[in-house]
Amino acid sequence: MTDHFALQRRRRAINGWLLLAPSLVMLSVFALYPSVATVFTSLWSRGTRRSPSEFVGLENYRHMFDDPGFWLVVQNNLFYAGLTIPVSIGMALTMALWANATLPARGFVRTAYFTPTVLPMIAAANLWLFFYTPSFGILNQIAGLFGADPVNWLGQPSTALWAICVVTIWKESGFFMIFYLAALQTIPPDLKEAADIEGASRWTYTRCIALPLLMPTTLFILVNAMINSVKLIDHLFILTKGGPSDSSKLILYYIWEHAFAYFDRPTAAAMTALVLAVLGILAALQFAIFDKKAHYR
Amino acid sequence: MTRITTVAAFLAASTALVNPATAETELTMYYPIAVGGALTEVVDGIVAKFEAQNPDVSVNAIYAGNYDDARIKALAALDAGEPAHLAVMFSIDAYDLLEQEHIVAFDDLIEGEEDTRWLNSFYPALMANGQVEGKTWGVPFQRSTIVAYYNKDMFRAAGLDPEKAPTTWDEMVSMGKALTNDDHYGIMIPSTGYPYWMFQALAIQNDKELMSNDGVTTYFNDPVAIETLEFWKSLSTEHKIMPEGTVEWGTLRQAFLESKTAMMWHSTGNLTAVKNAAEFDFGVAMLPANKRLGSPTGGGNFYVFKNASDEEQQAALDLIQFMTAPEQAAEWSISTGYMGVSPAAYETDALKSYVEDFKPALVARDQLEHAVAEFSTFETARVRDGLNGAIQSVLTGDKTAEEALNDAQGAAERLLRPYK
Repeated sequence: MTDHFALQRRRRAINGWLLLAPSLVMLSVFALYPSVATVFTSLWSRGTRRSPSEFVGLENYRHMFDDPGFWLVVQNNLFYAGLTIPVSIGMALTMALWANATLPARGFVRTAYFTPTVLPMIAAANLWLFFYTPSFGILNQIAGLFGADPVNWLGQPSTALWAICVVTIWKESGFFMIFYLAALQTIPPDLKEAADIEGASRWTYTRCIALPLLMPTTLFILVNAMINSVKLIDHLFILTKGGPSDSSKLILYYIWEHAFAYFDRPTAAAMTALVLAVLGILAALQFAIFDKKAHYR
Repeated sequence: MTRITTVAAFLAASTALVNPATAETELTMYYPIAVGGALTEVVDGIVAKFEAQNPDVSVNAIYAGNYDDARIKALAALDAGEPAHLAVMFSIDAYDLLEQEHIVAFDDLIEGEEDTRWLNSFYPALMANGQVEGKTWGVPFQRSTIVAYYNKDMFRAAGLDPEKAPTTWDEMVSMGKALTNDDHYGIMIPSTGYPYWMFQALAIQNDKELMSNDGVTTYFNDPVAIETLEFWKSLSTEHKIMPEGTVEWGTLRQAFLESKTAMMWHSTGNLTAVKNAAEFDFGVAMLPANKRLGSPTGGGNFYVFKNASDEEQQAALDLIQFMTAPEQAAEWSISTGYMGVSPAAYETDALKSYVEDFKPALVARDQLEHAVAEFSTFETARVRDGLNGAIQSVLTGDKTAEEALNDAQGAAERLLRPYK
C-alpha cells in the first residue's frame, strides 16, 4: 500500500520535473550560468603576459567607482532614460488612441507607425546618420529652406545625445503603440456606450475609464522601456561611437568597450553585475508599487 | 527546374562536406573591411585561387565587419574554442594581442631563405607597426596612408590650378578660403572614427611624434602637439574653411561625392570607391607639409594565432604568403585603393598598366617615403580613446587644446605605468 503510494508520488515528481526541464535548462544555460560567471569574473584581475590573473575581491568595483568616465556614462544613461521613456510611452499612447479611433485609412496609419519597429536597428541608424549629416542631410536641407544654418547634430556634445534620443523615441513609440492598441481593443465597447449615455466627454472617458484599464499594459511597457534604456548599443556604433568627447556614450557601449576594445573583461563584468543588480531592484520596486495601483479585471 | 538545381547544389554541397576532396588542413580566417565597395568577393576570389593551388588546404574566410568587429569575432571564437587560425586585424593591435598572448611571431614560423626573403620583401614603413620587441608579429595586407582627395572642378571654378593641390599648411588655408562658399566648405578632416589618426598626420607634418617606439611613452601635451591641435581647430573657428564640431568619418566620402567639400583627408583605401562614384574630375595628393611632409600608415595586418597546431600555422603562413604575393597584392590594390604592400607588387603588369591610366593610385605609395608608424602603444585602445576624446572636446569647443591634451597625457601615463 505504502509502496504504491510512494511510487505514484515519485512518478508525479518525475512528471513535474520533466515538464519543468526545458525552461530549467534554458534558464540555467542562458540566464543563470552567465550571471554567475559574470559575478565570478568580476572578482578576478585581468590576466596578461606580465601579471597572471588572480583573485582581487572587490578591487574591480572600486576601480570602477573611481573612474570618472563611468560616472559620465551613468549620467548620460540617466538622461537618456529620463527623456526617452516618458516621451515614447506618451507618444505610443497618443498614437494608439488615434489609430484605434475610426478614421480614414486606419490600416495605413497603423502601418506607418509600426514601420520603424520592423526596420533592423543598424539600417535605421544608417538612415538617421544621413538625416543628421550636416549640409546634405535631410534635416538640414529642410531647415535650410527656412533659412536656418546647418547644424552638426551628431558632431557637437550639446546635441549628440539628444539626437540619439530622437532615434530611440522614433523607434520605440511605434513598438509600444502595438501593445496599447491591443489593450485598447480588449476594453469592452459597452463601457464606451455607458459613458456616452451618461454624457461623459471623450476626455473624461479616456481619463477615468481607458487609462486605468491600460495600467497593466503601461506597467509592462515601463519595465520594458527601462530595460531597453540600458540595452541601446547598435545605434551608437553607427551614429556617434559614443562621441564627441564621450557625450553620447551609454553604459552598454562602455561595457562593450572594456570587454572587447580594451581587453579588460573583469571591469566589464563588474559593470554588468552592477547593471543587473540595479535593473533587478528597479523592476522589483516597480512591480511592488505599481502593481497595487494597476487595475486587473 | 529550380528544384533540380537545388537538389544538385545540395548534393554537391554534401559531397563536399562528407568528402572534403583531399583537404587535410582547414583554416579559418577572419578579416575586416573598413572602406566601401563589394570587397568580400575579391577576397573570396583570391582565397579560391589559393585553394585551387593547394588542394590539401581548405580556407574558411569570414568577413567580420570593421576592425573592431573582426578582432572581437576572432577572439570570441578563440575563447569559445572554435577554430580561428589567422586573421586580418588592425596593424596597431600588435601590442595588445602580444600582451594577451594570442599571436605567434612570424620569425618563429618561417624556415629557410625563401621565407626570410619574403618577410623582408615588404615596405619597411608598413612593417613598423607589426614589429615589437625585436620580432615581427604582423605582416601588411590592407595598408594605407591618409591622402588628400580634391575636387578639380571646384579648383577651376575658384580660379585655382586644378593640377596643384596645397603642399603646405599655409597654401591649404589660403586655397581653402578661395574654395569655401555658401554651398560647400574648402576642406574636411574627419574627427570621428579615427581622430587620433588625422591628428597624428598633422603632428608629423609639424615634426612631432606622439609616441615612443617601445609603446610605453606618449607626448600628447608637448607644446608642438598642442599647437598642432590648435591649428586643426583654427581651420573651422578662425579660417572658416571647415565645418564646426566634428566631421563624421562614415559620411565624409559621400559628402565629398556630393560636392559639399572641395578637399577631404581620407584613407587611400577609399580610392577605388571614389573613382567609381565621382561625377566630377577629382585629384589625389599627398598631405601638405608644415615643417615636413608626412602621414601615418594605417590599415590591417595578418596575424597567426598561437593556439593553432604547427601544421595549421604552416598552412596559415602559406596562405598569407600567397595573399601578399605581388600578383594578389596588385589585384587587391586595384580593387580597393589600398597600397601594394611590396615594391614587387608595383612591378606586376596588372598594377603597372593600371597606374599608367590612373596616376592617383601611386600617391599613397609615394607618400610612404614620408610615412611613420601609426600611433600604437600598450593598452592602445584605451590610450587612443583618451586622445580621441581630447581631440573632439577641443574641436567642439569644450576645452582648450592645452587642457585637453594635458588630461589625455595624464590618463595615458597612468595606463602605461605598469609597462615601463
